Amino acid sequence: MIHQSAIDAAGRQAAQIQGLFWFFIVLLGGIFLIVVALMLGPLFCRHRGLDREPLEQTHTPSIETERKLTHRVGWATGLTVLILLGLVVLSVSTGRSISGGNPPANALTVEIVGNQWWWYIRYLNEDASRVLVTANEMHIPIGRPIVIRGSSHDVIHSFWIPNLHGKRDLIPSHTTTEWFQADHEGRYRGQCAEFCGLQHAHMALWVVAETPAQFDSWMDLQLRPAPAPSDAVKQKGQRIFLDHACVLCHAIRGTTAAAEQAPDLTHLASRSTIGAGTLPNTRGNLADWIADPQNSKPGNHMATVALSREDMPPLLTYLESLK
Amino acid sequence: MRIAAIGFCLFALIGCERDRRELRPAPTRLAIFKDAARESDLQPGGVHSEPQVQNPYSGNAYAISEGQRLFSWYNCAGCHANGGGGMGPPLIKDQWTYGGQPANLFDTIVKGRPNGMPSWGGRIPEYQVWQLVAYIRSLNHEEPVTATPPRSDHIQQDSGTLMNKPGGGTR
Repeated sequence: MIHQSAIDAAGRQAAQIQGLFWFFIVLLGGIFLIVVALMLGPLFCRHRGLDREPLEQTHTPSIETERKLTHRVGWATGLTVLILLGLVVLSVSTGRSISGGNPPANALTVEIVGNQWWWYIRYLNEDASRVLVTANEMHIPIGRPIVIRGSSHDVIHSFWIPNLHGKRDLIPSHTTTEWFQADHEGRYRGQCAEFCGLQHAHMALWVVAETPAQFDSWMDLQLRPAPAPSDAVKQKGQRIFLDHACVLCHAIRGTTAAAEQAPDLTHLASRSTIGAGTLPNTRGNLADWIADPQNSKPGNHMATVALSREDMPPLLTYLESLK
Repeated sequence: MRIAAIGFCLFALIGCERDRRELRPAPTRLAIFKDAARESDLQPGGVHSEPQVQNPYSGNAYAISEGQRLFSWYNCAGCHANGGGGMGPPLIKDQWTYGGQPANLFDTIVKGRPNGMPSWGGRIPEYQVWQLVAYIRSLNHEEPVTATPPRSDHIQQDSGTLMNKPGGGTR
């Protein structure tokens, strides 16, 4: 089920954005209704002089009327300026409040690097053996601030998890920082929010917010190298992976595959989607993705590998074992 | 007048081949050339007409740009730098030890060469080898100028991002 909504906040930052959104909608919607009512009113009120020629100037308004009109227009203009200024102040202060300020000391720092068309994710840790590289699916503990250090590997992308925070552009050769905190458990879909080429629409990111205990056990599992192939079929599958183009771009920790041009596959089977949220992670979809990467995500940089019919099943079995 | 206009439109179509983007590559046709890629001009019994091997991507701007991306992705730059050579020989030159024709370059990449050039056969798919060949030829101005963009389709940047370089260190 896709859960992606900017008006269903799961954290403090998103809640402020959501509050601002509803305040704008209600206030400006109310003003809009008043203006429309004031405009429609005269249309439906019969004018005294309607039986005369419509555009004929019949009388000049008295000085009293002129003064009243000037007052009313003046008040309306002044009020409009005041409301707009107030909204500017509100908008800017909300912006400052969600993006400014140092995150609390117990924050978890995660690096996000945008690539055409997937997300590189690295959890930082002072202990180098607990630095984790993964892709396209990010787990976070609830109730703990998450600092995002974002950049891009090729063109400008934008990191956006609507349920958790606003957009943050990822720019080549530049690091941007933001922080947010998830307060409710859930699976939230993120989406690249800056047009970045052919497959911009298929550049999604899943964020799984879970309890700290669940997060710790996930992290412990992810930090392990890939399980060694346990039987002959998986061993053959691993051999096929290492003997073909796969090994040139992907990494599987625990094997000789160590490239970072494409998503890390060490625990591929633990992720819910493939192709950065393009397809559910099932054996059939995986087969389709490998046999013809241009089928479901045309233009992506995955190499089309000439695999024989016999090679596909062991390779799939091996990839499915990367839990 | 009308004929001239039609002629002009047809003439403009010539340019299409340059920007043709084959997202789904043709399946492998030739694994490795047998006698096609000669590495010596000397042949017993005199010089015979050579079997012509064409690079299917010759003159295609997109393939050349893809070749440039792959040159970086597959870390060719690790030894050849940006064509000027480093630990490995330069790729911009007149005298090629193993031949500078497309078929020779294809062979060199697929088979490898003594003293350091790895054999990429079976690893780099054939269509990507041809893209790399087109790119290397373009470095030597052997590709049509019209297909060689002044800059690549992909942004090249070498500092400041967080991802590791293929060869270690931080980009």
